[in-house]
Amino acid sequence: MNTQNTSSTGPAHRSVEIGVAIILAIVGIIVTYGSVQAGISWGAEGPRAGFFPFYVGLAIIIGSCVNLWNAMRESPAGLFAEWSQLRQVMSVVIPATIYVVSISYIGLYVASGIFIAWFMRWLGKYKWPIVAAVAIGMPVFIYFVFEKWFLVPLPKGPIEDWLNL
Amino acid sequence: MEELTSLFHGFAVTLQPFNIMVMVIGIVLGILIGVLPGLGGANGVAILLPLTFSMSPTSAIIMLTCIYWGALFGGAITSILFNIPGEPWSVATTFDGHPMAQQGKAGEALTAAFTSSFVGALFAVIMITLVAPLVASFALRFGPAEKFAVYFLAFCSFVGLSKEPPFKTIVSMMIGFALATVGLDSITGQLRLTFGFTELLQGFDFLIAVIGLFGIGEILLTMEEGLNFRGGKAKIDLKVVLRTWMGLPKYWVTSLRSCVIGCWMGVTPAGATPASFMSYGIAKRVSKNGRNFGKGEIEGVVAPETAAHAAGTAALLPMLSLGVPGSPTAAVLLGGLLIWGLQPGPMLFVEQKEFVWGLIASMYLGNLVGLIIVLTCVPVLAAILRIPFSIIAPVILVLCAIGAYTVNNNSFDVIMMMVFGVIGYVLKKCDYPLAPLVLALVLGKMAEEAFRQSLLASQGHLGIFFSNGLVSTIMVLGLIALFWSLIQEGLTRLRPARPAV
Repeated sequence: MNTQNTSSTGPAHRSVEIGVAIILAIVGIIVTYGSVQAGISWGAEGPRAGFFPFYVGLAIIIGSCVNLWNAMRESPAGLFAEWSQLRQVMSVVIPATIYVVSISYIGLYVASGIFIAWFMRWLGKYKWPIVAAVAIGMPVFIYFVFEKWFLVPLPKGPIEDWLNL
Repeated sequence: MEELTSLFHGFAVTLQPFNIMVMVIGIVLGILIGVLPGLGGANGVAILLPLTFSMSPTSAIIMLTCIYWGALFGGAITSILFNIPGEPWSVATTFDGHPMAQQGKAGEALTAAFTSSFVGALFAVIMITLVAPLVASFALRFGPAEKFAVYFLAFCSFVGLSKEPPFKTIVSMMIGFALATVGLDSITGQLRLTFGFTELLQGFDFLIAVIGLFGIGEILLTMEEGLNFRGGKAKIDLKVVLRTWMGLPKYWVTSLRSCVIGCWMGVTPAGATPASFMSYGIAKRVSKNGRNFGKGEIEGVVAPETAAHAAGTAALLPMLSLGVPGSPTAAVLLGGLLIWGLQPGPMLFVEQKEFVWGLIASMYLGNLVGLIIVLTCVPVLAAILRIPFSIIAPVILVLCAIGAYTVNNNSFDVIMMMVFGVIGYVLKKCDYPLAPLVLALVLGKMAEEAFRQSLLASQGHLGIFFSNGLVSTIMVLGLIALFWSLIQEGLTRLRPARPAV
């Protein structure tokens, strides 16, 4: 990870580090705020619901401030990742996000088949017959292992209803 | 003596045909998990956990622990053959294992690695057999204050022992605690930190977090390196195995030392990864072949593998006897116990004898079966590694999605998993350790309960955590662990000053 050559570009590690510290500090503030809402004092049954998370939230804020301070002093030269690497990562994150959202609508089997096919065709550059074999074979295999063998139902969509599975 | 009868009873349970079948399936799945990038012990077990809901707890835990052993074995294969550690604890194995493979001694390196893993695990299981019942019977006397002190010690040793900056460890851990508090407060029955979102009523499930943080996060990290994941070849035959075995007893001192390091590091929740590095480092310094380390010295494979496997196994000791898991994978197993309706902790040894001793017996047999399987199946496993990443990655992602869905049969969880995956990727890139987050998420509710019950008993005085010898000892140990890096720094600063005085 530390072997970036100087010609490549990307977001600085320092900026990402600072961003993460700030976001985590905000999370800490949200936790503290929510705890105060739930009550941090002593009630009839002892410490109230917000008592413990309140201090947890405080610890997140304090820790994030220290991390922020350390990140500020970091040299701005180091890269978080090269743009080309981030593009690779995003080429998984975006379709995977579409995939997980679409499970609720078209069912897990169809969504998985499309996702595997997309991944193999677009990123792996495979020929269609191999793509089809894995993209159809895998959901069928999963169907038998989960629904038939282990009796675990998985989300289904209109196509499964139509096939009466 | 009573333990011995219980252990034999455990063997009888384990040797039932169904349990043996479950064991073999578990080991094979585990090796696959260890070999494939993006699937580690913790999230592999998390994904497969829902499959065990319909089994009896004993069969279920046998399957899951065997997946864990398999993953420990599998990690060594990728490190040696491809210089790609399948698991973080196999990183130290690549230092000498891969050079050996390049010199055409892959068979020797693999045999040494598997055998050392087995030795390390065996040592740790024997220790568990002897020590766990004692610890458990001792822990039966623990009140809430002592319980909290044990959690405190566990979390403090994370801060003190991890290589990551201490404040990043603390923040990561506290995020875990915060996530654990979301939803219904178990003591007052009040809702908290849900901010009106109905999806948050149930709180965050740690299995979803594990699958996302470790599974998806790991795939994203691998994607960064691109898709050129290359495979190699390996062959092991009986002759190589026997020849290597003949040579191994020479390293018994290294072995024994690594076992002890592994057990120690495994029991304190620092885990297998630092244990393997520490063992490698010490072996390099002490061995008379130390100068050849890194160039393909068999001792450099023996040391980290023994320690990693011993630590991985020993991590189950505190999980079983105290209810405090020593590693993320042990944490997932502990979550499994809760799902099956078992209360982890000392009472297990009293109430669930068959379960505990069946598990311990399965550790002996599982590791033996694992050793045989890995020694015979290396060519097949190496072939699996030649499947390109652009096929494996989407399949693993689909498996993660299935795993996340089946935890609560909830599609929203799958989306949460993806969110955790991206968070895990960014946090890992920024050196935030993920293991403390997961452990805090698993133990958060129990730690909080112990804390609040103790305060209730003492009317809010923190003095209860120092009220008797036992609880103060544990708390002081915790504080030492917490400030360990500071103490160490102080000592090293004092040392050069001394001769001047």
